[in-house]
Amino acid sequence: MAQHTNSGNPNVDLAYRRKKNAEDMKHQVISFALMIFLTLVAFFAIGYDKFSPWFSVPFILLLAIVQVGFQLYYFMHMSHKGHELPALFLYSGVFVAFLTIWAFMTIVWW
Amino acid sequence: MHVEEKLTAETFPASPEKATLEGKNKFLGFWFFLGGETVLFASLFATFLALRDRTAGGPSSDELFKMSIVFIATMLLLTSSLTSVYAMYHMKNFDFKKMQLWLGITVLLGAAFLGLEIYEFYEYVHEGLTFSTSAFASAFYTLVGTHGAHVAFGLLWILTLMIRNAKRGLDLYNAPKFYVASLYWHFIDVVWVFIFTVVYLMGMVG
Repeated sequence: MAQHTNSGNPNVDLAYRRKKNAEDMKHQVISFALMIFLTLVAFFAIGYDKFSPWFSVPFILLLAIVQVGFQLYYFMHMSHKGHELPALFLYSGVFVAFLTIWAFMTIVWW
Repeated sequence: MHVEEKLTAETFPASPEKATLEGKNKFLGFWFFLGGETVLFASLFATFLALRDRTAGGPSSDELFKMSIVFIATMLLLTSSLTSVYAMYHMKNFDFKKMQLWLGITVLLGAAFLGLEIYEFYEYVHEGLTFSTSAFASAFYTLVGTHGAHVAFGLLWILTLMIRNAKRGLDLYNAPKFYVASLYWHFIDVVWVFIFTVVYLMGMVG
């Protein structure tokens, strides 16, 4: 991809890119902290046995989905430009995944 | 720009993984593969969910699973995901040595995770859960074992890249290779998030 920020001076471009990368890295560390937090909450929700499974099971599934969102959109850069086709591929996979799990959980009874 | 041209921090492009046609193709092809991997793991998750209570008189998940070991494994893998992000950060800044260092840390954390999983399976076999004990046992070992095999493959992949390119340094030929390997590593973590939630935590509430 061409450098959109070409000033003609490579050192200026480098400084700009370094700064942008550092900013990006800050977002990554914040998502990591949030992911750790979500994991702790999930383990706590199961470890603390006062919650009924009717609450804790959907709750930890939701936490898992949020955490995977951070992983995909920040760690795997899906929030960046140029990820339209990756998103199509991944969500097609997720669609088939959903159908498979739904089918197995409803028609398998033995 | 020639793929094997020696670059400097100034001439290294902003998105080195997509600066060449080969890199662009690798990037797209790899995401297509990850879509397929999603389906593979979905079929294993679906089988596990359908059969997780069929213990055939053998040990059940709430008798076997211990929260401490799953928690440590989760933290190891999650941290290794961040360290591979650091590796890619240094790649974009054209700092080959730091990239190698962070990839090395990622490999160490991944190896610790794998060691813990082997220990865990060993324990379960001693407690009477072998692959053919019950439908639950087969579904459990197949799902978690397939994930473990992915971890093992990922470790070998990253190590191979590190050793193969140790003297070569960073260029537009190998930048997409490192990038795609780090995507694979994150995907392994994505699958683990669902494994610790669906298999272990849900298995502990019965």
